[in-house]
Amino acid sequence: MAVAQSTVSRAGAAQNSWIEWLKQLGGRTGLYLITLFLAFIFGFPLFWTVMSSLKTPGEMAEFPPPWLPAIPQWENYAQVLFLPRIPVTVWVWNSTLVTVLVTLGVLITSSLVAYSFARFEYRGRDFLFMITLATVMLPAQVTLIPQFVLFFNLGWMNSHLPLWVPAWFGGGAFAIFLMRQFFLTLPKDLDEAALIDGASYFRIFWSILLPLCKPVLATLAIITMIDAWSDFLGPLIYLNSPEKFTLAVGLRFFVNAPDVSSEPMDHLIMAACVMYMLPMMIIFFFGQRFFVQGIVMSGIKG
Amino acid sequence: MAVAQNQLNVPPVRVNGGLLGTIVGAKTKFQIRRAIWGYIFALPWVLGLIIFWGGPILASIYYGFTHYEVPGSPRFIGLENYVQAFTKDDLFWPSLSRTFQFTAMYVPVAVLGALLLAVLLNQGLKGTTFFRTLFFMPHLIPAVALAVLWIYLLQPKFGPINQILRGIGIENPPNWLAAKSSALYGVTLINVWAAIGGNTMLIFLAGLQGVPRELYEAAQMDGAGAWSKFRNVTLPLLTPTIFFNLVLAVIGALKVFSTAWVATQGGPSYATWFFALHIYTEAFQYFHLGYASALAWVLAVILLIFTFIQVRTSRRWVHYEGG
Repeated sequence: MAVAQSTVSRAGAAQNSWIEWLKQLGGRTGLYLITLFLAFIFGFPLFWTVMSSLKTPGEMAEFPPPWLPAIPQWENYAQVLFLPRIPVTVWVWNSTLVTVLVTLGVLITSSLVAYSFARFEYRGRDFLFMITLATVMLPAQVTLIPQFVLFFNLGWMNSHLPLWVPAWFGGGAFAIFLMRQFFLTLPKDLDEAALIDGASYFRIFWSILLPLCKPVLATLAIITMIDAWSDFLGPLIYLNSPEKFTLAVGLRFFVNAPDVSSEPMDHLIMAACVMYMLPMMIIFFFGQRFFVQGIVMSGIKG
Repeated sequence: MAVAQNQLNVPPVRVNGGLLGTIVGAKTKFQIRRAIWGYIFALPWVLGLIIFWGGPILASIYYGFTHYEVPGSPRFIGLENYVQAFTKDDLFWPSLSRTFQFTAMYVPVAVLGALLLAVLLNQGLKGTTFFRTLFFMPHLIPAVALAVLWIYLLQPKFGPINQILRGIGIENPPNWLAAKSSALYGVTLINVWAAIGGNTMLIFLAGLQGVPRELYEAAQMDGAGAWSKFRNVTLPLLTPTIFFNLVLAVIGALKVFSTAWVATQGGPSYATWFFALHIYTEAFQYFHLGYASALAWVLAVILLIFTFIQVRTSRRWVHYEGG
């Protein structure tokens, strides 16, 4: 656009083009200034959090608080992992376990179900798919209480089961939809050739189609991991002893537990915060391409 | 499609399909075998739908008409829960009104802000990828970490936000989450900050990249300025995307929970007591499962009404290409 504009103005009168050029330079500079200002708005709180996690307790309590730690206290991160009565290490493990189990469940079962929707013909298939899409409309609040009753009766309270077992039942409408759309783009000749060669349906799915699904599986894995890692309401409802907590409920417990120690903990809370958000940022950083694709796909769906 | 095919082929040619073939909607042995495998692969989701969706939905409709506290079993009481919600519950209307206030502030700022960010990132500036990633970062912060770090950022005395505000000459910056008058704005600020550069912006960016270059060039020929191009080319072509994002934002805003529950616990003095918090405390702190189910259905109906209104009114102003 900018290029087009400058060619047009060059065609104009000489002094006019000067004014145009200045205007454009001004406009461009203005845009950069706005962008930098926004970068500050979005970046500063993150920067400040990381800096606070590297301060000493004394620096946290100073007024006015210093912007940077005099000497970065990297040992804060080691310290936060081994606090008495605040089992951060256990929470990291619990969160990892739940996230891995949820992600595996969603990937495996949603791709199986999507394979069924995309490649098989049977009575009730399209009706089933319509219902699948309709579940998106209903807010989770409506199903939350009966699910709680169900898990309560199963004796699953204060365990991780309610958090990951449902993921192994098809993985939800979004996952199924995303996978089905991808299966539909794969040529059917592949299946048929394998079928003639005597491959079973499961083998066609596992050895032929699934390897071709790697990009969409990556997309789904990233979105699912971020959701599972961030989930707060589930652990809040089902977990009640600190050694079962995930990082989400654990971090809140940490913030609301002033009686744990007489020492000020704010710098360590900040360190725990950074440890909690960092894995998601790393995953996003490496999988950005897949993630963006997934968001855009879900946008197109609407 | 399988069903339709069968209806067309009446009378069904029962070569060797038999009863089983009719049930699964197939004719040859091969088709029956395939149909059965189809059911087997769909089985996890069929079970999931029954156990985690269908069953719970029916159960929660029923619970809404019962007195049900744990421990104990549900006892049918008709519409009493709904009567109590609308006429006796002191927190019902305030929590609804907080939620709507929040939605009214959050949605326009988040959606318009995301649109402006997307337009800015679509200008071909140097470092666009870097800025896009940076703007997106807040959206990746898990809700609890988000709330926790903003508790510190908005801390009235030591918090850097007020430090900056005092630095630029604002004598008495707000007490944010600590004061009744400003807590709602604080929670809105947190959510807007996290949402504005997130998925909404990415969807806008994809929409903007779908606007054909020729249209801008044509507008340029006609002597259109930047604003005119935005108003007459970008905006009309982007309305379906805007509409989609608006629906998502409204639905998200009406369900606001985690950030408020962690940052303020609904306080101070119920200033941020949103409807989802009300449902949560009734259900999982007092274990009034019957009453909370009724509340959950009130929220569900509100969400459906909003989605419906938006879909209906959008016909007047949404431009679908070729439609």
